[in-house]
Amino acid sequence: MIVLTALGVATMSIGTVFLALAGLGLRRMPDTYTRIQAGTKATTLGTILALVGAALIMPEWTVKLALIALFLMFTNPLSSQVLARAAHRAGVPATRETRTDALAEDKEGLA
Amino acid sequence: MSDTFASAKLFAITFLFWMLLNGALALDVILVGALVAGAITFFLGGSLHFLSGYRLTGASARATVGYVGYFFKELVKANISVARVVLDPALPVVPAIVKVRTRLRNPVARLLLANSITLTPGTLTVEMTDEWLYVHWVVARTTDPEAATDAIVAGFEKYLEVMYD
Repeated sequence: MIVLTALGVATMSIGTVFLALAGLGLRRMPDTYTRIQAGTKATTLGTILALVGAALIMPEWTVKLALIALFLMFTNPLSSQVLARAAHRAGVPATRETRTDALAEDKEGLA
Repeated sequence: MSDTFASAKLFAITFLFWMLLNGALALDVILVGALVAGAITFFLGGSLHFLSGYRLTGASARATVGYVGYFFKELVKANISVARVVLDPALPVVPAIVKVRTRLRNPVARLLLANSITLTPGTLTVEMTDEWLYVHWVVARTTDPEAATDAIVAGFEKYLEVMYD
């Protein structure tokens, strides 16, 4: 029991490290799209690790926590995609270092 | 695929979801679940048929296991690479929006592909039109559609092709 609890605390701690890195990424990245990237991936893994940690501490919650994780894995990337798409449609500029924008090129072709 | 079989699968999926949410094998829970899952299948089956595109075969089950394993491996890799970029004082980003092609037609398979791309190394799906996906890539290695498809899509597509019609 004590081993599981210790493992759970360790897993949760690693999760919070990834969440903190996501925050740092939001601050450091140069434009909207790269910020969305930093915000999506690290928060998804960070939250999943926090849920796994919770499942190790309270094993009887495992099924419900797994459902939450599944729900998160479907909705988190979806909201990021919609945000990125809305930003692109609204003409939010990408950083100057961006090499190509195939979407903008194709849209010009269609217009 | 026959309509009856599609309805049975939809019923099974909604019923299983209900049972997981409740986490109890009591008779009243099962009865209410069967009733609600039955009503959903009967009244909304037409508009929810996309949920039952999942193939129930041995090959599909093996592909699912392979997909889940590959997905988690890529998710961890994605996080380590993002962490490395964020912690690097020089912030080595070479962003680009590239276009990639997918062969998948089933809507749920396409959703899973787009979501998987978003959660894996430095890529974010921005827009989807027919067979083309527009992907924002933090550290773009190539801007050629064919090469980008190989790098971003191929790993997931080979599993999803087997799992969905």
